[in-house]
Amino acid sequence: MKAIIDLFAVLPFEWAQYEFMRNALAAVLLVTPLFALMGTLVVNNRMAFFSDAIGHASLTGIGIGVLLGMGNPLPALVGFSLLLGVGILAMRRATQSAMDTIISLSMSFCIALGVVLLSRGGSFNKYTHYLIGDLLSITPVEIQGLFVMVIVVGGGLLMFYNRILLIGVNEALARSRGMSPFWTQVLFVAAIVMVVTMNLGWVGILIINSLLILPAAAARNIARSVRQYVALSVVIALVCGVAGLVGSYYLDTATGGTVVLLAMGVFVVTLAIKLIRQRSDFRSSAD
Amino acid sequence: MRESYPPGIQHGGIAAHRCGQCCTEIERIGVRLDGVRVLEDVSLHLHCGELTTVIGPNGAGKTTLLRALLGEVPHSGAIKFHPVVRPDSAEAPAIGYVPQSLDFDRSSPVSVCDLFAAAISRLPVPVGCRGGARRTAMGALEIVEAGELIDRSLGRLSGGELQRVLLALSLTPLPNLLLLDEPVSGIDLAGRELFYRTVSELRRRLDVSILMVSHDLAGVVPVSDRIVFLDRRIVCAGPPAEVLANTELRHAFGLDLSVPEP
Repeated sequence: MKAIIDLFAVLPFEWAQYEFMRNALAAVLLVTPLFALMGTLVVNNRMAFFSDAIGHASLTGIGIGVLLGMGNPLPALVGFSLLLGVGILAMRRATQSAMDTIISLSMSFCIALGVVLLSRGGSFNKYTHYLIGDLLSITPVEIQGLFVMVIVVGGGLLMFYNRILLIGVNEALARSRGMSPFWTQVLFVAAIVMVVTMNLGWVGILIINSLLILPAAAARNIARSVRQYVALSVVIALVCGVAGLVGSYYLDTATGGTVVLLAMGVFVVTLAIKLIRQRSDFRSSAD
Repeated sequence: MRESYPPGIQHGGIAAHRCGQCCTEIERIGVRLDGVRVLEDVSLHLHCGELTTVIGPNGAGKTTLLRALLGEVPHSGAIKFHPVVRPDSAEAPAIGYVPQSLDFDRSSPVSVCDLFAAAISRLPVPVGCRGGARRTAMGALEIVEAGELIDRSLGRLSGGELQRVLLALSLTPLPNLLLLDEPVSGIDLAGRELFYRTVSELRRRLDVSILMVSHDLAGVVPVSDRIVFLDRRIVCAGPPAEVLANTELRHAFGLDLSVPEP
């Protein structure tokens, strides 16, 4: 893996001479397309708030990991987020009620519990890097892990893409075609949890959901088919990811936040295109 | 998966056009929700090529009946399909379903072709809607005179267009039993007439049994072969003229408002 990453050194830029930048570039190229693909489904199935809650619940997962004395809290993190995600799904199935209150409550609860667990003894500062993330500290071994994740989760997402999409359009319709919305959603939530928790270290809890949602939301403004939607989302994520990384190098800012700001800019541009199109559609239909 | 629909292919190619003999038996369906009996003892025999409409007041259990048939709510009783080629066998019918109203994000980029591909194809939709899935979608859309909608986004369809698209989707692959839940609610009059005409032609051309739930008594009378007046149980069932004469139905639908003689 390291040998492949070192190939980036041939790039004729100052930043490409640094190993941490080459590692970060490899991570961005690997992970942003996966985020973009997953985001198209999250946005389509109106789960943006849900995935936000999963991201924020990580704080509690980390807290539990620390409490249990784990050197690397990842297992506790994955376990807790999975529990929360499936719990929310099950609650929705049982109560058939609107989800925003339940999601909001569990999110506040998880943040509060996480802060309490991690601030015991006044040591919260040790964990602030989970909030903001640090892409430049990523190692080739971690990139190998990301590579495996991208293959497994990306492959799984493509395999289940059609069902998840149809469930997002209408659950009863999907059920009448022999699909099981609940179990498909459980799988999807498991995929979201994997992606969110494995990337927390370098993106940070505060903005990881934006990275998931923004490319898809921006693509959605102008796409006219699922193919365009996914393709645009992937391109936007890749471009903003690389540009954000390089930009953060020159501006000396946190990478995750820089990427999200760029993606937000793209969102505003596509939104403007959408509004202009709508106006011209309206004119032509009025003629 | 069938790619196109020559008329009367429903029965393994044996009995051709309008066999009228395959039968879906709905036997003594009952549903309890939170201890309350919502449906009791509903039995119906549905023949191929026949359009049966279920009408009834709000809360009569019409939609619950469809949900029971779809297996979405726990219920007693059974639903069996007896194909004409194997009349003694009882199978679970292949069910096509058109939901009441599709509650989805109108800004969704999902196109009609994408919707078909998501429902019928193994190839992930992000690759595009093409090849066999596209041909199948086109074939089904043309049956309901909606071929030109294939590349339109779902959010840009009118209510009537969306219902025709969903109808085409429910016919892919061709079901034994087609369930329509209030298919014309929220559709303008012209769209309604077109929808009823399409459904009416379909039952003959494709020889499926259709069970439709509706509020629109005036609209369904001319197209239905049979009307079932449901109010938790079947109050009366038969040809439209017969059911229309039923006093309970006339009362429920306000058809008895003639001024009493002085």
